[in-house]
Amino acid sequence: MGTIFFFVLAGVSVISAILIVAQRNPVASALFLIVTLCSQAMLYLLLGASFLAVIQIIVYAGAIMVLFLFVIMLLNLRKDEFGPDKKRVQRILALALGAVWLIQVIAITKLSLSNKGLGQVTPLSALETGNVQAIGKSLFTEYLYPFEITSILLLVAILGSIVLAKKKI
Amino acid sequence: MVPLSYYLILSGVLFSIGVVGVLISRNAIVIFMAIEVMLNAVSLTLVAFSQQTGSPAGQVFVFLVMTIAAAEAAVGLAIIIVIFRSRESVNVDEVNLMKW
Repeated sequence: MGTIFFFVLAGVSVISAILIVAQRNPVASALFLIVTLCSQAMLYLLLGASFLAVIQIIVYAGAIMVLFLFVIMLLNLRKDEFGPDKKRVQRILALALGAVWLIQVIAITKLSLSNKGLGQVTPLSALETGNVQAIGKSLFTEYLYPFEITSILLLVAILGSIVLAKKKI
Repeated sequence: MVPLSYYLILSGVLFSIGVVGVLISRNAIVIFMAIEVMLNAVSLTLVAFSQQTGSPAGQVFVFLVMTIAAAEAAVGLAIIIVIFRSRESVNVDEVNLMKW
């Protein structure tokens, strides 16, 4: 059952990720990105990470995608600026490089997994780590400093985007 | 249950699509979307390994990655708006001021 769900979600996310790049209309490609993000959230649920699935939909598919759509609609771009590159050489080269990259990643995955003998994702660990309590405990004890530093990062991002987007400060 | 290698290969495929998207598209916004796809692929790897090892550390890292993605999107889209104001276009081929 889980395997069927996995393959359906994997297919949806891969196809919509390809369509993001292939689309000519920028709003459509943003909507396909939302489809990818939602299917990734479902994959997180399948892995037992329910907190991250909810956060993925709220933060990514909600906040970040609204920002993307705002910018796309704000800029009022010409039609010819979208879609893949017109130059054939660059397109073929990019696809070849991507294929080489993919083969490398799969080869490394196969090699490292066969060496270490890592098994299947067990449902027991999914129950133990997936809950909000475990993540919260870990976030506020062991990873407290990275957590605090991200708040500074967000502050800097807010200030930076205001400084960049404002015409006169 | 689904083996770990399936998740790793799926995230490898998604990351490769992101790489091809960055290389192939000329529009800065679409390049940004491809970068988001790459970040998500790596997050999937982290969650899969977190479940495999049974520790919440990987999920904490995904949480931090999402924060960074939000900051990156805010600053990057502000930069795109500034580029659009000065050049009336977000085509990355036309942004060649610092190109040698």
